Parts: sequence; structure tokens; C-alpha cells
Amino acid sequence: MDLKEKIVSSYVAFEDGVNINSDIHEIRTDAFQQFEKLGFPSKKLEAWKYTSLNTILKEDYSIFPDKEKSINLADVKQYFIHDIDTYKVIFIDGKYSSFLSETTHDSIDVCLMSSALTKAKYKPVIENYFNKIAKQDNLTSLNTAFSKEGAYIHIPKNTEVEKPIQIINFTTGTEAATMLQPRNLIVVEQNAHVQIIERHQSLTENAVFTNVVTEIYADRHSTVDFYKIQNDHISASLVDNTFIEQQSESIVSVHTFSFGGNITRNNLNFYQKGEHIDSILKGITIIEGKQHVDHHTLVHHIEPNCESHQDYKGIFDERSTGVFNGKVIVEKEAQKTNAYQKNNNILVSDKSTINAKPQLEIFADDVKCSHGCTIGQLDEEALFYMQQRGIGIKEARALLMYAFANTVLESVKIPEVKSRITKLIANKLNVNIGFNI
Amino acid sequence: MLKIENLKASVDNKSILKGLNLEVNAGEVHAIMGPNGAGKSTLANIIAGKEEYEVDHGTIELNGEDISELAPEERAHIGVFLSFQYPVEIPGVSVTNFIKTAINENRKAKGLEEMPAKNMLKMIREKSELLEIDRKFLSRSLNEGFSGGEKKRNEIFQMAMLEPKLAILDETDSGLDIDALRIVANGVNKLKSKDNAVIVITHYQRLLDYIVPDFVHVLHDGKIVKTGDASLALELEAKGYDWIKEEMIS
Repeated sequence: MDLKEKIVSSYVAFEDGVNINSDIHEIRTDAFQQFEKLGFPSKKLEAWKYTSLNTILKEDYSIFPDKEKSINLADVKQYFIHDIDTYKVIFIDGKYSSFLSETTHDSIDVCLMSSALTKAKYKPVIENYFNKIAKQDNLTSLNTAFSKEGAYIHIPKNTEVEKPIQIINFTTGTEAATMLQPRNLIVVEQNAHVQIIERHQSLTENAVFTNVVTEIYADRHSTVDFYKIQNDHISASLVDNTFIEQQSESIVSVHTFSFGGNITRNNLNFYQKGEHIDSILKGITIIEGKQHVDHHTLVHHIEPNCESHQDYKGIFDERSTGVFNGKVIVEKEAQKTNAYQKNNNILVSDKSTINAKPQLEIFADDVKCSHGCTIGQLDEEALFYMQQRGIGIKEARALLMYAFANTVLESVKIPEVKSRITKLIANKLNVNIGFNI
Repeated sequence: MLKIENLKASVDNKSILKGLNLEVNAGEVHAIMGPNGAGKSTLANIIAGKEEYEVDHGTIELNGEDISELAPEERAHIGVFLSFQYPVEIPGVSVTNFIKTAINENRKAKGLEEMPAKNMLKMIREKSELLEIDRKFLSRSLNEGFSGGEKKRNEIFQMAMLEPKLAILDETDSGLDIDALRIVANGVNKLKSKDNAVIVITHYQRLLDYIVPDFVHVLHDGKIVKTGDASLALELEAKGYDWIKEEMIS
């Protein structure tokens, strides 16, 4: 039985665990039909031309891992940003871990999707926001069909959330192969501000396939800073589908740090539904071996006087492959749009590959849009210069790569996140030098 | 300190150095002059260990150790410093962080602990004053957007920080106005001691007004064809190089 068949035939069993008479289940079954019709994406689809899921779809995934497994904090502490106080919404094998979490209902809601989907008091928010901007494509539909658990964050207006929120999905490998469909909903009301750190972390050599959907609604004059740390085990693959709707004067930034994993696909979609909006999309990818990271971004400029800033840096060693497909749509009404897109890549090895494709669809005439894409190697002259000053070749290369990626780190607002990413980069590049530039 | 014997070297199979001999002792300043294409920069890069240059024959010894097989950073660790003719721009790495990294990597190679931040700051302060470097300059990206003079001053600043045994200044005077030239030369003179040596590679005599050499060598077609004292530089300035070529033929 192939994976699609297995998923389709297990749906009735999934329904045992949810309320099938709810409005939500209506949405789920519609999505289920959609997935049944579309199946998994293949390379025949333009959007999946450079990313094949074939190798990971062959695994015999357990679709509802239900063996409870507890983990010790000491074993996973390293995956938390633990030097600052944070809220935490933690899942182990798709199940909420109250032991590791720190949620709140004190003026803000930082809690569970399973509660939000079932309890009456959340109904108005769910009705207004759940699955409203998520696309109806293959994998988003698959997630919607099985949506049951994840993080639910609701920040009422004029609230500055002082502590960042960490969302971490751990996988323990109690099953030979695990498939997860986490579903997050984040609603940030007018003039509110929140910072979120998301991580998917496998604790096992066993295969993991996570297909996560996150919807973020940023109301007028709100600020959302989202950090995605993708440094997973080499046997773990991730498809991240993130959809963001912004109202006037809101600022939303998403930083994606992709250092780990097997196949990683980021579908990051911004929809600007007001004026004077700023959307910031940044990423650093550093991979090697046969790792694959694909960034598919979309910024949809619908109203006038908005901005978007994209800056993606990629460093590819050995046989690793990267994809950057950045689409910017500027509607006819969206005059005075400033849309910037930068994608710079270094191919460290002559066997590594990057497929870069900027796509600009501009229907307005008074706009500033730019895109720049570069693919290069490390500067040999600069390496010799650094070596001449006593810096070893490995360290010199690392320093050059760090400097190359640093423009992305500059806009990280949480110092502890910045220093964590810096350490991850040093580890990734196998050097022991401080990059305190 | 430095002993080069019958050095033959090539780049892309093109022979550039054709049997060069040079001996530099501690406490000495040597100037190497010569027309374009004589092999001056090649010599500097070969001593520093640049990979593209192939040593075909001969030896390069530093304090009795053959260094011709060492990596550039290993040569740096035992005290070789090259002030680049064209210092490389490295966006994203500040002058301060670069020099800190370089010093600590050198210390690591010698089995020493990292230099305490306080000492590092003190040293940076002292050496930047010596070269009349504005503090703000130290937080800028290395060489990025620097003027020619700033780049060269930054090279000598790094030299001052690293305290090499053998410093090779490859056309450090090019791109310097007279004030910058004086500052740089003054810096070099202050760093000079009986334990270290300096090789000054230059086209022109004017730097040698400030850094007075003990020996002046003329490099022509891959060989040192004439050696003299400081007065040779003045003679070259006045008469050019042609008389040396004629002298060689006769």
C-alpha cells in the first residue's frame, strides 16, 4: 500500500478521535477529499519541479503515533532557547507535553489547538480564522484533513507579549517511521506584538516526515517576529506551509534558519490586505551531504504603499541541493509598492546545486521592485589573505561564510536567538571560533 | 633569519624566479627594487606561501627550518607577515574582529590561551594610536570602501598587532600620500628591533627616505642582479634601471 492509500484508508480511524458533527470536521472532510483527489505533489507540478518527495514517501509511516513516550528535560534542554524566560508549547510525537510546556491564559492565550478546536469559548476566533488563508493545495489539504493538534496563540489588542513563545515538536522514534501534521494558528490583534520561535526536532535515527501548517493573522499596527530553526536530524524531513495575512501598518518578519534535515521545503506565503505594511522574509541555509532545502516564497501586494524585503543566503557543500523560488505579485491597485528580493548563494563544492528562480508579476506602474540573485564560490584571494594572518583554512572559510550570511542575522531581534544561531553555524561549519562581528 | 637559495618558481608553467638568492638577518632592513615584471610580488607571495606559485627548485628557510611546504597560516604562526599590495576587502568582518580572530588563532597554534579581552583592547588602543587610526575605522568591515591609504595603514596596524619576525611590505607605499607615507614608515620604524627583519618591496626610492634599508637589491628577470647599500636606491632613482641591464650584458 502506498502512503497516499494508507493515509486515505486510515481516515475513518482518525474520525474516531474527533467530533465528526462539528463545523471543523466539515472543513477537515472537504480537505480530505481535496487530498484524495490531488495526492502528493510530484515533480510534474511546476512548484515541485526541483524537489522530489519520492524517497521520503516510500517509508512506512505511522500516521497516528499513539505510544506515549515521556522525555527528560535534561535530554532535550539543548533544543530550547533556555537562557531567557519564554512560554512553551511542546509536543512529543504530536501529543501535547504538559510537563515540558508553559502555557498561559492570563490576558493572552498560548495554548493548544485541540482545546481551541473543541471548546466553546474559542469558537468565534476559530470561525473567523481557522483555515481561512491556508491554500487548498496537496499538502496543506492533507494537514487540514488531519488537523487536531498544534499551538494556538491569540494576542488581544494593545498587548505587548514580553516573553517569546517557543513551539517545539519532538519526535522520539517509538515507531519505525513517524508522520506528523501539526497545525498552528496565531491571531495577533491590533497594536499587539509577539515573538515566536518554532522548531521541529527529531530525537531518533528513524524517519520522520512533518507536514506543518501555520496560519498567522496580523491585525492593524501589530508586529510579529517569527523565527524558524530548522536544524533537525538527517533522517527527518519537513514541509513547512506558512500563511500570513497582514492588515494595515503591520510588520511581520519570518527568519528561517535551515541547517539540518533531509528534505526541507518551506512554503512561505504573505498576503498584504492593507496599506503601509512591511513584510520581511529572511533565511540562511547551510547544508551539506545530500541535504536539500527549498524555499518557495510568495508576497502578494494587494494594496498601495506597502513594502516587502527578502534576503536569502545559501551555502551548499558536497552534494547538497538548494532551491529558491521567490514570487512577488504586485496588483494593479498596489501603487507605490517597494518590493526587494535578494538571493545570494555560495557553492562550496562543484557537486552542489542551487536552482534559483525569481518570479515577479507586476501589474502596477508606479512601483519599485528589485531582485538580485547571485551564485558564486568563496573568494580565494580573501582566503589567502586570512591564512596569511594566521587563520587556518577551515576557520577562514567559516569566517567568510559567516560574514556572507550575517546580513540576515542583523535583523534578529532576540539576542539569545542570534547567539544560538551563531553557535549552530559554528557547529555546522565545524569550527571553534566566536563570530562576534 | 631568512635564507633563500637558488630559488626557481613558476606560475601556470611560466617561469618567474630563476635562481634567486637572498639572506636576511635579524635586525636588518632589506629593500628589493626592480622594474615591473621582475618577480618582486612573486617573491613576496612565495615566501608567504600562496598556492598558485610553484616552487620548482631551491629552498626557503626561516631560522633554519625549510618552510616551502608549509601552509600560509603555518608560516604566519612562525612569524611571516606579508603586507599586501592589494589588501582584500572582506565585507561583514570588522577590522577588530578580524584582528582578534587572527591573534587568537596564532596563539592557539602556539598552544597559548586566548588573549584576555582587556589586554586585547589595550593593545588595539596602543597600536591604533601608533598608526594614527581613527577608532571608528576599527568597527568597519575589513578594507571595504577603504581608501588606498587606509588599506595600507590597516595592513601595518595588523603587522603591529601580530608582531611578526619577518615582515614583507609589498609596495606598501603605492597609493599613499606623503602624510600617510610618513605615518606608515614611522609605524614600521617603531616596530623594528634587533629580533625582527623587514623586506621592503618598492618601485620608488621615496619610502626608503623614511625606512632606511641596510641593503638594497635589484631584482631583474627573476634574479637579484645587484646588491648595495641605501645609496643604490638613490642611484636607481636618478638613473633608472637601464644601466643595470647594460652592466649585466657587458
